[in-house]
Amino acid sequence: MNYHWNWDIFLSETPSGSTTYLGWLLSGLEVTLAVSLSAWIIALIVGLFMGVFRTVPNRWLSGMAAVYVEVFRNTPLLVQLFIWYFVVPELVPVSIGDAYKSINPFLQQFLAAMFCLALFTGARVCEQVRSGINSLSVGQRYAGLALGFTLPQTYRYAILPMAIRIILPPLTSEFLNIFKNSAVASTIGLLELAAQGRQLVDYTAQAYESFIAVTVLFMVINVVVMVLMHRVEARARVPGHMGGG
Amino acid sequence: MFNRLLLAAMACLLFSTSALAEDLTGTLKKIKDTDTISLGHRESSVPFSYYNDKEQVIGYSQDLMMKVVAAVKKDLKMPHLKVTMTPVTSQNRIPLVQNGTVDIACGSATNNLERQKQVAFSDTIFVIGTRLLTKKGSGIKDFSDLAGKNVVTTAGTTSERLLRKLNEDKKMGMNIISAKDHSESFLTLETGRAVAFMMDDALLAGQRANAKHPKDWVIVGTPMSNEAYGCMMRKDDPQFKALVDKTFAKVMKSGEAAKIYKKWFMSAVPPKGMNLNFPMSDDMKAAFKNPNDQAFP
Repeated sequence: MNYHWNWDIFLSETPSGSTTYLGWLLSGLEVTLAVSLSAWIIALIVGLFMGVFRTVPNRWLSGMAAVYVEVFRNTPLLVQLFIWYFVVPELVPVSIGDAYKSINPFLQQFLAAMFCLALFTGARVCEQVRSGINSLSVGQRYAGLALGFTLPQTYRYAILPMAIRIILPPLTSEFLNIFKNSAVASTIGLLELAAQGRQLVDYTAQAYESFIAVTVLFMVINVVVMVLMHRVEARARVPGHMGGG
Repeated sequence: MFNRLLLAAMACLLFSTSALAEDLTGTLKKIKDTDTISLGHRESSVPFSYYNDKEQVIGYSQDLMMKVVAAVKKDLKMPHLKVTMTPVTSQNRIPLVQNGTVDIACGSATNNLERQKQVAFSDTIFVIGTRLLTKKGSGIKDFSDLAGKNVVTTAGTTSERLLRKLNEDKKMGMNIISAKDHSESFLTLETGRAVAFMMDDALLAGQRANAKHPKDWVIVGTPMSNEAYGCMMRKDDPQFKALVDKTFAKVMKSGEAAKIYKKWFMSAVPPKGMNLNFPMSDDMKAAFKNPNDQAFP
């Protein structure tokens, strides 16, 4: 195949002259990290509460959490993103919609992508929290209650500390997924890593160098996340449980 | 190149047809050997290359590409040549041409110097100007009116590049939204997120024709640039390029290309039966009069 390789392309200046093509990729990397990390924090909070609600003996709370999971887990991420970005601003009262649409477009795209990723991932975190809680023997709950803990206290001191340790490995893979899923935000124009890579192709026609660089950067993010999460798992391990000790 | 092809044609007359088959190189050899020509088309580049409601590929560029297929059939004496159609996007069309998945791609690809390093372009088949689509009565008359406003353009286009450059050079403080494709750009304009949509004027006319109320939208502004569209082929394949260019030169000079233009830009086109009302520009008339494969600066 007669492809014209040119790895120096990353160091050449962009047409607007303010940075290099590598600078574009790095600014995309920043956006990817920012949107994924902020979405992950929200997803953890939402997922934790919803996961707990799914297991409490209250039909309203567990029903609400079940509906949330089914809605957000059973529709494609891309569709959810388009709904957040294009449809929701038209459904809310006109004054709110117009106010949202008049803020800086970058912020609009960022917020839409962040909430979309957060609620999508939150639904998956929720299911893991639920399965972590359900994997504990029911005796643990009774023991907490028998000691005089209220139900929230039982969750806080007896159930969740164990459940969260159990689900750390699957949570790690959700954490990895959120970075990869954040690439869908390029479809609404957010200039994250994948979008910058695509833009680099459009400007320079060097498709292979650009996509290889994007692939490597995503892998670097995920290797770092994996190493960090392994450390967290090692530190959180309770002697006598899950092979630790 | 042209002369060489003529020579080859004469040689072919003098000797036998098998002599020609031996002389074939590059794409033409591949076509002869595989008995197949592979065409790259777009899916929603109205009215250049897109699907009609029967999932057939139609459009101005498609009509021209079929002229090339006819010429290949005739020159190689292969009336039963198989034609395969492969949809391409603006992101994958260059790699797909290079790796041989498609032999020629006619859509709405701008011929520019960066791309010429990777692929060859045919003679210019269309000339556009990059302009603005805005709502009637929006007060936007030209690019200078866009300072401090939200403006949308399609990601990966020359318009995006020009708009970003204009914004930085003139410190206009525009918020530039890069939408995924032309219909998403138009949606962004229609929902009031942006006051104007910058794009190739012919494509703006296509989007306008598909709008709910085409009369609400106007194309304004002095073109920020002119661009030449061409078909993409593999580089360093003079035989195939000569055949393609010869075919285009013939239809352009015979007036056939002008008829094809009229069919797609001055009369009702699928899917909605709208007329784009987009008369031929002087730049295009010049390109038809004097077919060439030069990129616009």
